[in-house]
This record gives sequence, C-alpha cells and structure tokens, in this order.
Amino acid sequence: MTRSGIVGWTLAAPALVVIAVFFALPVVIGLALSLTDFDLYALADLSTLRFVGLDNYLRLLQTPLFWQALGNTLYFVAVGVPLSIALSLGAALLLNAGVARWQAFFRTALFAPVVTTVVAVAVIWRYLLHTRYGLINQTLAAVGIDPIDWLGDPHWSMPAIIVFATWKNFGYNMVILLAALQAVPRELYESARVDGAGTLRQFTDVTFPMLTPTLVMVAIMTVAGYFQLFAEPYVMTQGGPLRSTVSVLYFMYEEGFRWWNLGFASAVAFVLFVVIFAVSAGLWRFDRDPEGR
Amino acid sequence: MNPRLAVWVVNGLLAGLAAVSIFPLLWMVSVSLMPAGASTTLPTPLLPPAVTLDNYRTLFGSVGMGRYAFNSFAIAALATLISVSFNVMAGYAFAKLRFRGRDEIFRALLAALVIPGQVAMLPLFLMLKPLGLINTYGGAIVPAMASVFGIFIVRQFARGIPDDLLEAARIDGASEFRIFFTIVVPLLTPVLVTLAVFSFLGSWNDFMWPLIVLTDDSLHTLPVALAGLSREHVQDSELMMAGSVVTVLPVLVLFLALQRHYMAGLMAGGVKG
Repeated sequence: MTRSGIVGWTLAAPALVVIAVFFALPVVIGLALSLTDFDLYALADLSTLRFVGLDNYLRLLQTPLFWQALGNTLYFVAVGVPLSIALSLGAALLLNAGVARWQAFFRTALFAPVVTTVVAVAVIWRYLLHTRYGLINQTLAAVGIDPIDWLGDPHWSMPAIIVFATWKNFGYNMVILLAALQAVPRELYESARVDGAGTLRQFTDVTFPMLTPTLVMVAIMTVAGYFQLFAEPYVMTQGGPLRSTVSVLYFMYEEGFRWWNLGFASAVAFVLFVVIFAVSAGLWRFDRDPEGR
Repeated sequence: MNPRLAVWVVNGLLAGLAAVSIFPLLWMVSVSLMPAGASTTLPTPLLPPAVTLDNYRTLFGSVGMGRYAFNSFAIAALATLISVSFNVMAGYAFAKLRFRGRDEIFRALLAALVIPGQVAMLPLFLMLKPLGLINTYGGAIVPAMASVFGIFIVRQFARGIPDDLLEAARIDGASEFRIFFTIVVPLLTPVLVTLAVFSFLGSWNDFMWPLIVLTDDSLHTLPVALAGLSREHVQDSELMMAGSVVTVLPVLVLFLALQRHYMAGLMAGGVKG
C-alpha cells in the first residue's frame, strides 16, 4: 500500500469504526432481532430466544394501536410538512424582498426556535395551550372564539402539536430557501419583467421553477424528520388523549423500553424505515420530472 | 403594489412573524421570575407582579438541577470533542488522501444517511448492556462519536485545500501526520468551529437516546430531567419555566455567539452533494 494509503486509512479508521460498530452493526442486529421473539425473558436468559420469522411483522399488521400510530404519524406528516414548508417559503420570500429592513435581525429571530431544546419549548407550549390560563385561548377569546381544549380533546391534540412543530421548525428550511432565492440570477427577473410579467407571474414562472430542486430536497429532509415524531407527544400529551398523539416512534419506545418486547419493537423500527424510504423515493421523482410528465 | 405600502406590508409581516417566534421564549423568562401560582390567575399576567428568583433557588436546591446541567454539559462537551476530532480526520482523508476503497466507502456512508438513527437504538441498547455502558456517560455519547454529516462537511471544505500546498510540504520531507496537524487543521479551523457548534447543540438537545440509555436519575441530562419533572410538577408552571430557561439559555447563547458558523454548516449540509 502507498504511504498516503496507509495514512488515509489510519485517519479515516476511528470514524469508520464508530459508524460500523455503533450504527451499521446495530442496524443488522436490529433486522435479525425483528425476526425473533426477544422479550423480557430473553433479556434475563438468552436461551429462551426463538426465531419466529416474520411473525412480528404479521402481528404488527393485526395490532390496532400500530395502525392508529401510523395514521397519527401520517396525519402529522401530511399536514405538518406542507404547512411548515409553506411558512418557510413565505418567510424566505419576505426576507428576500428588496424592501425588507433589518434582515439579519429578522432572520435570527425567526431562526431562534430551531436551536432550542424540543423538550423545553414543548413545556412552554403546554402552558400556552392551557384551556383556561393559556395565552392562545385568551387571544382567541379576544376575537370571539370559545376556549379550545387543545391537549385534552382528541380532535385538537394533533393540530396543537402540528402548530407547535411548525413554530419550532420553519426557520430551518427558511434559511435554506433564502439562500436558494438569493442564488436565482437577477437577469431572469429582468427579462420576465420585460415580457410584462407581474409579481405573481415572476413567482410562478421564475422563482418557483428555479426553487424546485431545493424545495424537493427540503421536503425530503422534513418528511424524514417529521416521521420521527417522538419528544413532542412524550412531553405534551403522553400519547393521549385517547391515543390520538401516539406516533410510530412513541409506540416503538413503549413496546421496546416499557414492555421490553424488543423483537416486536425492532419490527416497528424497520416498518418506519421502509415507510420513510418509500415516501422519500416518491418525492425524489418530482426533482427529475417537476410536472410529472 | 404601491411601493410605500409594500414596505409596510413586508416589514409588518416580518415583525409579526418575529414576534410569534420570540414571544414564547420571552414569556418563558417572564414566568420563571414570577412567584409560585402567579401565572395561573386571570387575566394571565405577561410580566411578573413581583420579580423573584425563588424558582431558580428551588430548582438548584431541592430539585438538583445543577447535577443535570453538569451531566448535559459533560456529555455534550465529550461528544463534541470526540466527534469533531474523528470527523475532521476522516473528512480530510476522504478529500485528499488516496486509499483503497475510498470512493466505495464514501458512497456507502452517504447511502447510510437514509437509515433513521432510531432503527439502531434498540439493538444498540442490547449491545451496550453487556459492555456495562448503560447508565454511563460513555453510553450516552457512543452514537454521537462520529457522523456521516460531519465527515461530509469536512470533506467538502477540505477539497478546497490546494494539492500543491500539500505536495510542497511532502517534498520538504514533512510526514503525513505533521502535514495534517500543522497545515490541514489550521486551514480547517472554520469548519471545526461549525462542526463543534452543531455537535454541541445536537447533543445538548438530544432526547430519545439519553432517555433510553440513562435510566439512573443522577445521570439524567437536562431534557430528560425536565421531561420527567414536567410530568410530576404539571401545576408548578413557574418552576417548569425556570427549568426550561436553564435548558434553553445555554444553547441559545452559544448559537447567538457563533451564528455565522452555524449558518455556514447549515448551508454546506443543505447543498445537494
């Protein structure tokens, strides 16, 4: 091996070993685990462990709570992702408008929630959403809307978490979209204006097509992140009311670390992975072929 | 649109969004300074009727928040130190050194990005158990000791180092390790800072893995402790707000101080590779 070959391997080795041992290996073990009945008994005595093939996956498909968790998570993703990206895009367009003042200050202010700790801000929002003393209901009361039991009513619990997640996350994509907006060549707007395009036409004919690759990337990252919903329901609703905010990961956590059904919980993890992968792959196609032609 | 009106609409909307973004954080600080029970009166006060530090005293006294803050700090600092070192070494190697299998391994690393970290959590817990790493700082930092994202950012940045510079040093007889420490590391300082901020914030804010691996109360990090406390002390909103301040303030200050570096990393990671 060449000198730089040995050095290259030596420098890369620590990181590669960490990733191989603490990520790649567990993923492989997890796949094997999902084909066994690993439970509390196996935790104490490995000899009770049995290979059960696809039983965990089949049992999962017959577990109503799993379907509910999947439905809740899909609800969170299907409403939360478009809402959060729309707000990110709106904010980025405002910041990018020529007339925007104090751009640096606004950008920092809008971004601040992103760096905060989910658990801590979820605690704040739990009080903001309080039926009686929460400032959100008091603001709504000012415009004549009756108090909403945000975290106690199964119809409102997920919308409340979606509003919270949007507040927490939109700044991240906003910064990425702002950079993409700033990279759109000025001449394109010039020629659109010469052709008589107004503000709206400039957006649909220039901005949006130029932004599509970034929007697709942002959508894929956000979808993957939103499928991993866990801390919000853990802190704000504990999965309730009536299990309306149990997410797939919350279900996995309870099965795995509360009931110690580690084989079954591993199957949940892999199903989640497959779902995320399938949805991401679906979104990829928009980048290649923006109008689905 | 009338240009004067446009100025008002754009800046008005931005000010409104900024207010919504910042308000919960300001309100958190305000409530944390209120006497117990003051925030649950009608109409709900925005500012403390009387400013008190009692909640912080309780928090660091009987609740033992100091211990959790120390755990959070120690775990985040260790994870940052180790991951920055490992990622910089690997990122430079992937960018500038030729070794067998380099490109194949790098492609495999990028492909691995599609696997969510939670898939590895249950088996990792079972692996760490016989190693005695459950309920240790080591167990908490293990998955954060290197990251594909970190290696990727360093590699992007290190590709900009001129080969002539490295060649010249080699001709002068400098060893590869000497080149790495005296030429490469100084040139990569900005990316080191970026990675350090990302790693520290990521580790500090992490919730699910510390919740799983640190079951012993005395080892809890701030988010894990706060989540537990908020389940027990639902009624003590002022105390919980003080706990949130203690948890959020360090990362918020760190972000504000190193914002430029943080944004640089976000862009580098956001650019399609």
